[in-house]
Amino acid sequence: MDHASLGWWGVPLAVLAGAIRVSTPFLFVSLGECLTEKSGRINLGLEGTLVMGAMSGYATAYLTGNPWAGVLVAGLAGSLLGTLHAMICALERVNDIAVGIALMLLGTGLAFFLGKPFIQPQAPQLPSIPFGWWSNSAQVRSALDINPLFLVGLALAPLLLWGLRTTRWGMVLRIVGESAEAARAMGYPINRVRLLATAAGGFFAGVGGSFLSLSYPGSWNERLSSGQGITAVALVIFARWDPVLCVWASLLFGGAGALGPALQSVGVTQGYHLFNAAPYVLTLAIMIATSSSRHRLAGAPAELSVTR
Amino acid sequence: MPPFLHGAVTRLSVTFSALALPVAAVAVSLALFGAFVALVGVDPVEMYQLMYRGAFGTWFSWQNTLTRAAPLILTALCTALPAQLGLVIIGGEGALVLGALAAAAMGMALNGAPAALVLPAMALAGMAGGALLIGGAGALRQWRGVNETISSLLLTYIAIAVLNHMVEGPLKDPSSLNKPSTPPLADAYMIGTLPGSSVHWGLVAGIVCAVAAWVLMRRTTFGFAARMVGGNPRAARMAGLPVGRLLVVTTALAGAAAGLAGMVEVAAVHGRASASLVAGYGSTGILVAFLARQNPLAVIPVAVLFGGIGASGGLLQRRLDLPDASVLVLQGIIFVVLLASEAMRGRLRLFTFARPTPVPKEA
Repeated sequence: MDHASLGWWGVPLAVLAGAIRVSTPFLFVSLGECLTEKSGRINLGLEGTLVMGAMSGYATAYLTGNPWAGVLVAGLAGSLLGTLHAMICALERVNDIAVGIALMLLGTGLAFFLGKPFIQPQAPQLPSIPFGWWSNSAQVRSALDINPLFLVGLALAPLLLWGLRTTRWGMVLRIVGESAEAARAMGYPINRVRLLATAAGGFFAGVGGSFLSLSYPGSWNERLSSGQGITAVALVIFARWDPVLCVWASLLFGGAGALGPALQSVGVTQGYHLFNAAPYVLTLAIMIATSSSRHRLAGAPAELSVTR
Repeated sequence: MPPFLHGAVTRLSVTFSALALPVAAVAVSLALFGAFVALVGVDPVEMYQLMYRGAFGTWFSWQNTLTRAAPLILTALCTALPAQLGLVIIGGEGALVLGALAAAAMGMALNGAPAALVLPAMALAGMAGGALLIGGAGALRQWRGVNETISSLLLTYIAIAVLNHMVEGPLKDPSSLNKPSTPPLADAYMIGTLPGSSVHWGLVAGIVCAVAAWVLMRRTTFGFAARMVGGNPRAARMAGLPVGRLLVVTTALAGAAAGLAGMVEVAAVHGRASASLVAGYGSTGILVAFLARQNPLAVIPVAVLFGGIGASGGLLQRRLDLPDASVLVLQGIIFVVLLASEAMRGRLRLFTFARPTPVPKEA
């Protein structure tokens, strides 16, 4: 049984399977960035965090033999980078966009530097849950082989939405993101709130990175992520800073990312690279369609520098 | 202090502090990177000696450094020019790639024509390719309010995909099997080296562009208007400045500079377009621009410095067995420390001595 058995029907199935697989890193990075941006700061460095998470997660899984330890370490590495971002941005006259670019460079550099010895060895992978046991088709079964991290991300989204909307913590976070002045007047520690939000955002992005190296594509090398982190940051704008919309947006982007490989598997190799660019084209198209030069985007935290 | 002297001292101290901060930031970064390599078991003193040798130690390493500085000047301009208007553009790599592709395609199309015609056409094609990309990001910013930082980076990934598509498809040289590329340029279409060196004319092109950019921004009404937009967009609009046109023209010029870098890489270094054009000149250029405080003239020496850091990378790899990403880590550290140092601007006592302390009036 291989791809020939389903023929062209394999394409939508592969896109669906890809949407589930490829979307997980998008989901985690965008949920984390959603949290950070709600506090009024943008962390463009999550691209570097994603790569760093992938590397540290893979290295830990290889050294300890436990992939879940890898996920944890990836998250911690991510929150470390997030904390660094938050601490530098807390200084006066420091632009959060520029710091993000710098950390993108530093994160990728560190990951490539420290990850050099882990390009060859094989680390244990995260186990997946076979939801396709009912089907005879190998393709359906492999499509429904779902990684638990994806489910965690799915559960996290409504939880975050609820937390942001109804809890005291969420309220404080949103006040800081909407008006630093008001938050200051009410006596909330702006920098500490943003630090926690950015560190948590970094944790999620790190976990998203560990998915790349520990599940899909499932190895560590220097070409692992090219722009998935930054695409996910743009995705938050598309999702209107709503964690649940981030899920749908991530699935859409995952599907777009899976289009190239899916077509290749049925023998369409023309324009393979162009299809690989689909998520970036999609992001850009969506940003063009939904932005406006006249008024602020609905739902945008007022303190956010990118939407001003 | 007499007023005229006071003015001179203030100016001097402003210049001094503008220089001292980045220099101090680089020094702190070198110390941090030294500590980092010491942690992985490399002697930092030996490393820095090697780096100096690989970058500026011999005539051979100087030539290597200057060759690398050429594209860096041009990609740095891609960030520094829009910065005058307050825009953060980070798509230099994409503009370089698209410019290189356009230049290579032009070289293929005009194959057989005299070099005096083909080379300018290739340069124009390269500049047009880069201008299209970054000018596009500027136009989107102006007319759709799309954040230019994110869009320029997304455009970079799209440009790289287009490059890969073209060199593995429509423009592929059938004889390039393992490493797909366009057919090699005829020798006549390669831009030569400066007399007595292996440094190509791209360096001169870069310096000319940097000086021209400086003149444009500091000595013309266009530049004055652009900097006014950067200082206060609302006031600029109220003053009746054509903000949209300034923005699109400046970003297009910026992209043209990086596109020219791509043409130079094709016509002086690689001789063809292939995936190896994606060499990180774009991201280093961003750092060069920031370290030069977005000043087109200051870009030149900073680009030479980073050309040197890049040139020494190979030596570090061979002698100390350090990964090739070491250079990237050093760049990242410099960038982070530099931005953090921004908070110190005007804070250091040493540099503010010339400012008279206002005496509070007795009520």
